[in-house]
Amino acid sequence: MEESHGTEAGTERVDQETTATSWEPRIVAFICNWCTYTGADLAGTSRMKYPPYVRVIKIPCTGRFDPLFMIKAFERGADGVLVSGCHPGDCHYTAGNYNARRKYTVFKDLLATLGIDMDRVRFSWISASEGGKWVDTIKHFTEVIRGKGPFREYREMIDVG
Amino acid sequence: MSKIGVFVCHCGENISRTVDCERVARASEQIRGVAFATDYKYMCSDPGQALIKKAIREYELDGVVVSSCSPHMHEKTFRKAVEEAGLNPFLCEMANIREHCSWVHEKEETTTRKAIELVRLMVEKVKRNVALEPIRVNVTKRALVIGGGVGGIQAALDIADGGHEVILVEKDPSVGGHMAQLSETFPTLDCSQCILTPKMVDVGSHPNIKLYTYSEVEKIEGFVGNFKVTIKKKARSVDIDKCTGCGECQLKCPSKKIPSEFDRGLKNRTAIYIPFPQAVPARPVIDREHCIYFTKGKCKACQKVCPAGAIDYEQTDEYVEEEVGGIVVATGFDLYTVGEQGPYPDYRGYGEYGYGEDPDIIDGLQFERLASASGPTGGAILRPSDGKEPKSVVFLKCIGSRHPSKGIEFCSKICCMYTAKHTMLYKHKVHDGTAYVFYMDIRSPGKGYDEFVRRAIEEDGAVYLRGRVSRIYRSGDHLIVKGADTLSGAAVEIEADMVVLATAVMPQPGIEGLFQKLGISYDQYKFANEAHPKLRPVECATAGIFLAGACQGPKDIPETVAQASGAASKVQILFSRDEMLREPVVAKVNENTCIACWYCLEVCPFKAITQKEIRDRKGNLIKRVAEVNPSVCTGCGTCAATCFSNSIDLAGFTDEQIYSEINALMAVGQDLFPEPGKEEGESPDEQAA
Amino acid sequence: MTYAYYPGCSLKGTAIDYHTSAMALAERLGIELKEMEDWVCCGASPIHQRNPALASGVANLLLSLSKGISPQVAVLCAACYHNMKKAEVEMREDGKKRSEVEEISGIAFDPEVRTRHFLDILDKDYGLNALKEKVVKPLSDLRVACYYGCLLSRPPEIAFDDPEQPTIMERLLEAAGAETVSWSHRMECCGASHAVPLTHAVLRLVNDILQSARAAGAEVIACACPLCQANLDMRQAGILTKFGVAHNLPVVYFTQLLGLACGATGKEVMIEKGMVSAAPMLRAKNLL
Repeated sequence: MEESHGTEAGTERVDQETTATSWEPRIVAFICNWCTYTGADLAGTSRMKYPPYVRVIKIPCTGRFDPLFMIKAFERGADGVLVSGCHPGDCHYTAGNYNARRKYTVFKDLLATLGIDMDRVRFSWISASEGGKWVDTIKHFTEVIRGKGPFREYREMIDVG
Repeated sequence: MSKIGVFVCHCGENISRTVDCERVARASEQIRGVAFATDYKYMCSDPGQALIKKAIREYELDGVVVSSCSPHMHEKTFRKAVEEAGLNPFLCEMANIREHCSWVHEKEETTTRKAIELVRLMVEKVKRNVALEPIRVNVTKRALVIGGGVGGIQAALDIADGGHEVILVEKDPSVGGHMAQLSETFPTLDCSQCILTPKMVDVGSHPNIKLYTYSEVEKIEGFVGNFKVTIKKKARSVDIDKCTGCGECQLKCPSKKIPSEFDRGLKNRTAIYIPFPQAVPARPVIDREHCIYFTKGKCKACQKVCPAGAIDYEQTDEYVEEEVGGIVVATGFDLYTVGEQGPYPDYRGYGEYGYGEDPDIIDGLQFERLASASGPTGGAILRPSDGKEPKSVVFLKCIGSRHPSKGIEFCSKICCMYTAKHTMLYKHKVHDGTAYVFYMDIRSPGKGYDEFVRRAIEEDGAVYLRGRVSRIYRSGDHLIVKGADTLSGAAVEIEADMVVLATAVMPQPGIEGLFQKLGISYDQYKFANEAHPKLRPVECATAGIFLAGACQGPKDIPETVAQASGAASKVQILFSRDEMLREPVVAKVNENTCIACWYCLEVCPFKAITQKEIRDRKGNLIKRVAEVNPSVCTGCGTCAATCFSNSIDLAGFTDEQIYSEINALMAVGQDLFPEPGKEEGESPDEQAA
Repeated sequence: MTYAYYPGCSLKGTAIDYHTSAMALAERLGIELKEMEDWVCCGASPIHQRNPALASGVANLLLSLSKGISPQVAVLCAACYHNMKKAEVEMREDGKKRSEVEEISGIAFDPEVRTRHFLDILDKDYGLNALKEKVVKPLSDLRVACYYGCLLSRPPEIAFDDPEQPTIMERLLEAAGAETVSWSHRMECCGASHAVPLTHAVLRLVNDILQSARAAGAEVIACACPLCQANLDMRQAGILTKFGVAHNLPVVYFTQLLGLACGATGKEVMIEKGMVSAAPMLRAKNLL
């Protein structure tokens, strides 16, 4: 597939290279379609404000979340990764979020072993009615990531190793 | 090379106020694989949609990204438009630059850049979208209703009146459930049997209803629209077709000292018995555990007197199969048994109250039988020990309910109302008696409910004491009830002639076995779970299964009936089509790489995955693999994230799609922090591996 | 079977018969109750009224004394058990409370440690069947009212039997051949330390309890708490004066009866110590 090699942004890329002096945190949010995505929609319809550094990747359920997604995101330049789904007991698919939680519990130690700073990883439950919680989570997490700076260590490490 | 069209919407000014939409369109044109990009004021409007359709035809687009509002808002709209232009609707995705961007950020450079990135992300995804076809499922237009109480009766009648066949399965010998046991109902005090028995008769005679009493659901296979149910018809020992219900057998049966279930042990029945006079069907059953013939080998008194020759000692359990499309679960409740080793072994009970030891300490349903005109006392309130009229009755609420140290935290909901009713029934029959009620709170929301409780207190003079009782013990002719009145702060001791415990409403003991067969979830108390507590209170998360009544949580009669009608309506919606279309967002197994570890089977919340055997032409087993039933799969993707060998993927959210999104998002980040010697943008396929 | 034994103040004073009989019984059963060194008062009721954290700190100190003996701490007094078990459960379940207590007491809490009432040890660790085998003199024809009082099994968090309807003492005494009676006041409060400032109230409570036991046909009351025993036994004279009721009902510790059943002598279980002596009645039944 030829096109998979081309993700350059054309003119935009030039723009960004010129402003590269001021670093901006990059946060990837894997969020479930039913609760957190809708909660983030609510933040929008309520015209709440939060920092523009989060990029949402929609998944049907946190059960779909594969921890390898997170590793890939860090590898590709993320400074922080947020995973958010329905509250325990509220899963649209009954139990997907429990599986996510279990998987995360087991995976946590491994992430640290891989050299991933666990402060850059956040799990949360945000329901469809919690637009405010979504905003607070993004605000707070952005501040944390801003405080920690770019996650160069990881990218340098995987470059070396 | 893909030919993707990008359509950037201004949403009036909703997006364009903070995002430079024109620039988003121009930047999108530069993304590799984008053949056409434009912006427009209202993309969802008719002209907007026409613009998309026109571009699809003109540029022979093979993918569409609409960059506008949330997909929850307009995904259906745009997929439909795309389909009308001849493109598979699943090749259209939306980039949410309104709710997730223009509305939540200021008018800044970063906001427009974010919008561009969101578009890029979706373009990369759409490049890897494949055409999907909706899944078609046939619908068997027959319903199964499990439970013949008022909930099951209502659901069955509604579906049957709607013109569909109903299979009604009831575990007891007669339909009616607990409502048939009640004397009068709150808040109107109308006679329970008077309003219920006509419905029972309807159920028994409705041409669309096939009634299986004294039967249980043994096995359930299949999925929505296509369930196969095995029903166990327990041996009744009576040929229900020959029997005329004359009742001769009951009169002659020598085994007469068996506590009647219907009268909650306040009266005895015979071994061959019709549970109560209004039973439907009005046919007896032999209780083999107590029948002298079955226990000792001789008697056969019933066979001798039966004029119809209907007694059949040789009858065995019979299994029948029925095919249905939808299921209503209406298995109802039972009362928490206190003070004796009851059917709820996880709960400790209330030995300190002496229920089960002292005959004058009874539960709410027993009081109903005492007050019922068809009950053991003909409706006179007489205490069980000596048949005397009790001049002082103490009612205790919240027995089990709201008592975490006894293992139950929930409120049983109906007890406040029925206890108020009990005090009234008692006072209406024993004018010089005193009714005391120990309560924690009085919860009486509902139409006419609080007025009813006020009447009990103000007009009928029930003495309400706020507090709990620590102990009940017998002292001669009386029961001493020791409790606290927390409003006055005094310890209270009441000499009672009878005590009535409003015990907690619990699911039928052992009902989780049925729920497991159905594949529906239940809470810690074994109440069935609904799909959504607010917006889908009638459906189960498992498609095609609906709930009615107290199997889901404590409910009174009006709520049960309303939910039953709701469930019946849901079933009829299901039956309104010959086949169902389902979103094709389902998991698929790569049989070549599946290693048969079966982790997917374990994590699937819907039992949509089964083991499949692959055999060669001679029938030799080559391997076993997992197989997803697309009719059952709901597309959560838990299996895909769990699969050890990466052999399951979820259509619409494939690994390839998600990894390409990750790659696309981060490409710009890499630009900011260029990593020398590393080529930008590798193949997502390689990275996914 | 070795347990770290915490007697507490009462058992070395007014309730010496409880201590002595428990030791005699344990010896007959082959259970080693090894007294912890340097123990202090559990703080009884004043301490947790004044300073709950300090009360837990004292319990933490006491539990730490079990080190080197056994993590299983055997306790006989209902109040000591209550204080220690409550602190132990809280520390295990509430990390914040645990660090607070650890700071106050300067001792790290050992989550392995368990406070055990001797009744619970006999029931769960030793077992009714094993006990039955050790019975050499069954308590035949002895009608016992088992008295739990209000503290022994409450609150539910620390209970070793049904907190409102315990049967553990009945089960043990029946295993030793006694007949237990069903009676109403087995869980009623004896008035505890109110006996001093509010004697009249305690006389009334104790009178009700004794009435109820006698009405149920009991010949002796068995209890598991030093204060209960003291009130029920010592206040009978006051009841006679005040209410004119002569109960003359011996009140003994369950360990005394079990000890006798397992072959200990009356002297070994100090059966003569009670104000209302159980000796004549037991002698008449040939149990002494």
